Amino acid sequence: MAEEPRIGVFVCECGINIAGTVDCDEVTEWARTLPNVVFSVKNRYTCAEPGQQEIKRFIKEKNLNRVVVASCTPRMHEPTFRRCCADAGLNPYLFEMANIREHCSWVHSDRKKATEKAKDIVKVAVAKARLLEPQEELEVPVTQAALVIGGGIAGIQASLDLADAGYQVYLVEKEPTIGGLMSYINKTFPTMD
Amino acid sequence: MDVGRHPKIKLLAYSEIEEITGYIGNFHVKVRKKARYVDEIACTACGECVKVCPVVKPDEHQLGLATRKAIYIPFAQAVPASYLIDMEDCLGNNPIACGACAEVCDPRAIDYDQKDEILELDVGVAIVATGMDVCDPTILDEYRYTKYENVITSWEFEILTGPGYVTRGELLRPTDRKVPKSIAFVQCVGSRAERRGNPYCSNICCMNTIKDTLYLKEHHPEIDCTVFYMDIRAFGKGYEELYKRSKEVGVKYIRGIPGDIVEDRKTRNLVLTVENTTTGKIQRHEFEMVVLSIGVIPRPDTETVQRLLTLSKAADGFLMETHYQLNPIDAPTGGVFLAGCCESPKDIKASVIQASGAASRAETLLSAGKVKVEAITSEVIPDLCKACGICVDVCPYGSITVDRKAKTPASIVEAACKGCGTCGAECRFDALRMRHFTDDQIIAMIDAMFEERPEEKVCIFACNWCSYGGADLAGLSRMQYPPSGRVIRTMCSGRVAEKFVWHAFRKGAPVVLISGCHFADCHYIDANRWTQKRVEKLWDKMEQKGIRPERLQLEWISAAEAVKWTRVMHAVEELRKTVTREEIEETMRILSEEKGK
Repeated sequence: MAEEPRIGVFVCECGINIAGTVDCDEVTEWARTLPNVVFSVKNRYTCAEPGQQEIKRFIKEKNLNRVVVASCTPRMHEPTFRRCCADAGLNPYLFEMANIREHCSWVHSDRKKATEKAKDIVKVAVAKARLLEPQEELEVPVTQAALVIGGGIAGIQASLDLADAGYQVYLVEKEPTIGGLMSYINKTFPTMD
Repeated sequence: MDVGRHPKIKLLAYSEIEEITGYIGNFHVKVRKKARYVDEIACTACGECVKVCPVVKPDEHQLGLATRKAIYIPFAQAVPASYLIDMEDCLGNNPIACGACAEVCDPRAIDYDQKDEILELDVGVAIVATGMDVCDPTILDEYRYTKYENVITSWEFEILTGPGYVTRGELLRPTDRKVPKSIAFVQCVGSRAERRGNPYCSNICCMNTIKDTLYLKEHHPEIDCTVFYMDIRAFGKGYEELYKRSKEVGVKYIRGIPGDIVEDRKTRNLVLTVENTTTGKIQRHEFEMVVLSIGVIPRPDTETVQRLLTLSKAADGFLMETHYQLNPIDAPTGGVFLAGCCESPKDIKASVIQASGAASRAETLLSAGKVKVEAITSEVIPDLCKACGICVDVCPYGSITVDRKAKTPASIVEAACKGCGTCGAECRFDALRMRHFTDDQIIAMIDAMFEERPEEKVCIFACNWCSYGGADLAGLSRMQYPPSGRVIRTMCSGRVAEKFVWHAFRKGAPVVLISGCHFADCHYIDANRWTQKRVEKLWDKMEQKGIRPERLQLEWISAAEAVKWTRVMHAVEELRKTVTREEIEETMRILSEEKGK
C-alpha cells in the first residue's frame, strides 16, 4: 500500500485489572517510540463509551490509518473496536488488538516483568498493524428457514417460537417421537403438575 | 402436539443428520429419515396391529420395566401419532413367517419394504437442542444397584409412579409388590464426585427428590421418607417453598451420604450406613426401598453434533457457549445456537427460557435477511501457482479446485473457505495468501518479538478457538505462570507454516510452541492433523540439522483447559532454561548459513 501507516495505540487500564500489575503509563510512553506509531494514549476503560469516543476522535484528529488497542482478549472486544473504527470511517480490518490482560496482567504478579511483557505484546501487535490491509466483508443472504436438532422440551419451544414468528422450521428428532426426557417425567417441580 | 400441527414446522422424527455443510445463513443439511415400516400419515394409531403382533420386547420408554410389541408406539401421546416396527425383531421380514399386523391394518399403513429416505434441506440457522442423558448408577458399587432389587434409580421412580405404568402411579416395592413403609433417597449419585462420576452438580436432582417425596406423601402420608444429602440446592423461584413443604409433611433430611447399603436377606430391607455430618456420628438406618438420585451427563452422541457443526465441548463434556456470561446462547460457529441441556444440566424452566432465547437469537439473523461474513479467507496469486494441487488435498472444506493436467492456477470458492490457512501453510510456492494473517504479517511479528533479548522468550502459536481461549480462561481464573511466553494468534494451528518456525529459530527463539485444538475439537474439521504432520516433519529436519527437536513443542489445549495451558507455560519455561546462549547462537548460525546457500 502506498499510504504510510499512521498508527495510534490506545492502552487500557481496565480499572485496576491491567493497571494493577502493568505500568500503563510506561507502556503508553514507550509505544510512541515504535515505528509508525504517531500517537498513543492511556484510557481508564477503552471499551467504554468515553474510550470509544477517544478512538474515534483521534482517528480524525491525528489522521490515524491504523489502530492498536492494548487491552483484553480479541475474543471479547475485537468486534466492539472494529465497529468503533468503522464508525470513524476506518476499515475495521485496520485494527489490531494486544492482549495485555488475560495473557499478561491477570497471570503475572511481578510488576516489572509484566510491564516488560506488555510492552513486547504491544510491539508485536504494532508490527502486525503496520502491515494490515483493508478487507471487504462478503455480505451473504440468510436462508429463511431454521434447523432445530433435538425434539425435547428445548427443541420444541425453539421450534414453536420460530414457527410462530413465521419462519419455516425443520425439527429433526432421532427417536420415533418428540418429547425427549421430559416425556418420561411424571410430575414436575415446583408446581407438582 | 402443537409441533405436529403447526403449518410452519416440518417434523422429521426418527431421523438423523448425516451432514451439514455451508456457513452462517447458508447451511445445507442432509437428513436420513429412517424407515418406520408404517406410513406415518396413513396410520390412525388405532392399535389393532399391537393386538396381533406375536413379538414381545422390553419397552425402552419404560426403561425396560414393561414390555412392548415389535410394532409399537413409544407412548400414547407420541408425536407423530404413528406406530413403527422394530425390524430387528419383526417376523414380517419374511411375510410367510408372519405379516399379522399388515392383515389387520385397515388403512393399509404397513409397508415391510419401506426404505430410509435422504432429505436435503437449506436453512439459514441451526439450533442445537440435543439434550442430556442420565448417569449410570453402577459406577458406584457401594449402593449395589445391580444386586438388590429394592434399590432403584430416581429415573426408574418416574416410570414406576407414572400414569402409564401398570400400577397406575402406585409405587410398589419390586420384591413383594407392596407399598413400601419406608423409603430412602440418596442424593448426588454420580454428581459432585471427583473419584467416580462427575465433578459437577447436576442441578436438578435435589428438587427432583423433593418433588418425589411430596408425591409419595400426597398419596401415602404414612410412608417414612428420608433424604440423605450433602447440601440441598433449592435456589429457584418457589423451590425453597417446596423444600419447606416437604419438611412440613414429615420428610426427614439427614446431612450425610451413605457409604454402604446392605440387604437383609430375609426381609429384603436395606440397611444404610452413614456418617451424619450434623452430629458427627456413624448411624445405621433401615428402609424397605432406596432411590438413588442419579445425576445427569452429556449425551454420548454429543460428539456427532459437535463434529457436524464444529462446536466446542467444555471439560465436563457439555457444549460450550461463546461467552459464559455475555453470550451464553450463541455457539462458537456463526449461525448456530444452543438450547437446553446440551449446554449444561438444567431444569425444564431454564431449558424453555434458553430455547426461547435461542429462537430469538436465530430470528435476529433471519429477520435481518443478510449477514456479513469475516473477510479472513485465502486467495490465490495466480502467477505463483504451479497447479501442484497440494492445497486441494489439505483444504478441509473442498473449497479449492485446480486442474493439475492443464496447469491452470488454483481457484477458491470464497464463501466456502473458512480461513483456517492450512493451504497457505502447505503451499511451497507462496501462491496462497491468507487474508489478515499473511506470511509477511506473521514474520514481522516474529521479528518484533525477538528484536531484544530473544533468549528470554518462548514463541507461542495459539489457535483462536481452543488454545488462545484456554489462555484466556487461565487469565480469567487468575492462574499464575512465568512471563516468558509471547503469543501469536492464528485462526487454526494449521496456519503455522514451516517457515514461521524456522524464522523464529533463526531470530534466536530458544523454544517454539505450537498449540491447537484437540483432534475432535478442531474448528476446521481436521486441519490440525496437517499441523501434526508438519510438526513431525519439522522434528525430523531439526534432528538432521543438529537442532534439538524438543525445542519445538506441540500441545493440544482446549478452550476449557486453563489448567493445562498453565502447566504447559511452566513446562516450556523449564525447557527454555535448558537452552543456552551458545545453543541459540549455533542454531542461528546453522539456519542463516543454510539461507545464504
